[in-house]
Amino acid sequence: MKTIDAKDLSYKQLNEKLFNSIDDGERQIRLTNVKGQRYIAAGCTLKDLEIEIEGTPGNDLGAFMNGPTITVKGNVQDATGNTMNYGRIIIQGDSRDVTGHSMRGGMILIKGNIGYRVGLHMKAFGNNFPIIVAGGKAGDFLGEYMAGGILIVLGLLNDDDERLIGDWTGTGMHAGVIYVKGNVTEDQLGYGAKLIDFTEEDREQITPILREYSKNFGIKLSQLNKEKFTKIVPVSYRPYGKLYALKI
Amino acid sequence: MFVPPEFKVIIDQEKCIRCKACTIQCSFEALSFSDEEGQIIADNNKCVCCQRCMAMCPTKAISVIKNPIVYAPHPTWTEEKRRDIYIQAQTGSAILTGVGSTQSTIPYLFDHLLLDACQVTNPAIDAIREPMELRTYIGRKPRRLEFKSLNEDYELKTEIAPNLLMETPIMIAGMSYGAISLEAHKACAMAAKEQGTFFNSGEGGLHTDQYIYGDHIIVQVASGRFGVHMDYLNVAAAVEIKIGQGAKPGMGGHLPGEKITEPISQTRMIPVGTDALSPAPQHDIYSIEDLSQLIYAIKEATRYEKPVLVKISAVHNSAAIASGIVRGGADAVVIDGFRGSTGAAPKVAEDHIGIPIAAAIAAVDDRLCNEGIRDEASLIASGGIRCAGDIAKAIALGADAVAIGMSVLIAMGCRICKKCYTGRCPWGIATQRPELRKRLNIEIAAKRVSNLLAAWSLELKEILGANGMNSIESLRGNRERLRAVGLDQPTLDVLGVKPAGR
Repeated sequence: MKTIDAKDLSYKQLNEKLFNSIDDGERQIRLTNVKGQRYIAAGCTLKDLEIEIEGTPGNDLGAFMNGPTITVKGNVQDATGNTMNYGRIIIQGDSRDVTGHSMRGGMILIKGNIGYRVGLHMKAFGNNFPIIVAGGKAGDFLGEYMAGGILIVLGLLNDDDERLIGDWTGTGMHAGVIYVKGNVTEDQLGYGAKLIDFTEEDREQITPILREYSKNFGIKLSQLNKEKFTKIVPVSYRPYGKLYALKI
Repeated sequence: MFVPPEFKVIIDQEKCIRCKACTIQCSFEALSFSDEEGQIIADNNKCVCCQRCMAMCPTKAISVIKNPIVYAPHPTWTEEKRRDIYIQAQTGSAILTGVGSTQSTIPYLFDHLLLDACQVTNPAIDAIREPMELRTYIGRKPRRLEFKSLNEDYELKTEIAPNLLMETPIMIAGMSYGAISLEAHKACAMAAKEQGTFFNSGEGGLHTDQYIYGDHIIVQVASGRFGVHMDYLNVAAAVEIKIGQGAKPGMGGHLPGEKITEPISQTRMIPVGTDALSPAPQHDIYSIEDLSQLIYAIKEATRYEKPVLVKISAVHNSAAIASGIVRGGADAVVIDGFRGSTGAAPKVAEDHIGIPIAAAIAAVDDRLCNEGIRDEASLIASGGIRCAGDIAKAIALGADAVAIGMSVLIAMGCRICKKCYTGRCPWGIATQRPELRKRLNIEIAAKRVSNLLAAWSLELKEILGANGMNSIESLRGNRERLRAVGLDQPTLDVLGVKPAGR
């Protein structure tokens, strides 16, 4: 495994070193002393590339990414996986606002909490199916304009009576599903989202995802999958059909 | 409630040969053949005055006129205002319309400006016989050039930012595949290539058939991120972040599921039949710093190989925003004026939101010059550019280049029936219906667009020659070559133009 020391490097220098190493044929790269450098691995399309990050990467980690696996030993900042097409980002700490913005495929697994507007406008297409799983709790506007994929909030780090998601969840949502392992009330939902019953089919759907999560963070699957989840879906899959009058 | 039809179809039954071609050609179903009467009959309520039937009738038996039914005249309650109210009272919905603002009471500033010409003292140049330079570079320019000497030779030391080379200062504005047909989209790309300029893909992704024109295509990244992936970013000559458009500033868009056909779905990368929603803001951009973040995310992802443009609609505070965009790292600012066209926009936005492009160009150019950052980015103006005169005036006010959209569609055959949003375009331009798309011949449409670009380029050269200039550079920001008629002093101050005669 090749190691790149990010100490005192600008994001441009760090990405240059990273991409030079990739061009040299390296497929396992460790970045150490990362302190807020943005855009790490942005636009990288190699499916067999593995990047391990020690420290705190900056905004837009893995933006437009289409393939690699990134593991972060630490927290990440905003817009992780922005418009990502495929690949994996595994975060041992927290992840902040707009994680997975317009993400179209791949998986973002977060051990800790997530910020505001996570999963904003994420959408599924063909074989691409985006998944975000957070171990802790989420901020407001979770799954805003959501147009596909799955968002799961587990609340493993929180007290039983704690609110696991913020307000305005699923505002403008028109496809996709949000699962929350805990109680959610109607007043936490935004316009366009509703609560429906969690079924055995749902459990079948999320079990492989939770298995993946348990494998990555060493948490027992039985602990993740024991109780009932709250399921949030769009009120309508075609909310914009009759918004305007056709002027004849 | 009774609303009088806007148009009246007149069929000359003596000329009509009952071939029924018009009934097939009319995609709005206004014409049909009555077996009972043995003749073609028209439903005036459905006629949109697209002129398709008139064009296709072999005996020229059809004419469409403005319905002479009069609304009792009133200066406040115009016919248009009354029609809108009748419709809204019936539907309870916002009025959707195509093309662009029909607001006629706000002055069209280009029509109040006149260009200069040389007489006696500074000779005019014969543009047809003398070399004339229209070549334009879009992108960040170096403030100074440094060289290093290598033996007897010199080598450029300054790093030059990527620039787009345009053979004429006219590019084709963003029009998405979805808003227009694949045939129209391809014709734009082909014409851009032929004339050495660029076509903007719009925000609906890029069909893979179009990748061969990548060197002449600017791709858009908008709030919905439709079809945005690495192949899309890599294949293009430049990337544009779309914040807004002139026809509907501050508003997003909804492409209804009916229009998401299989090929559109592949290109936008969303499932067939789902609503495609472009949120009003980009939700990762709430500040100039955030915008800068996306600019550099794109630059990093494309390894700093291509310019990144940022498009905004012309609004009251455009100058300050443009300054922020340039400081945020954009290589060009694109400003779309309030007369900008579109396939579908709420009428209230088209008619009432934004500012005229001429005022925005002048304000932005002034601001960037005063702040000493004008060279750091190019300025592209769009929104209601109708002729070479408008282009020359836009450039004299301070634009580096212009983008034209509606003019391009008119060149292809659009008749401005303003029904783009219905998807029934009878000329095969703003439609996805296979039987209508076939009506647009790609090669002919491309040639017509290419001709328009060539014609306007020639006219620009003639304007330069008349002004004793041999390069478009000499006209750029040269407001001394403009005079105004019928504008008040504050507007003259904004435009930085003297009144005619002074």
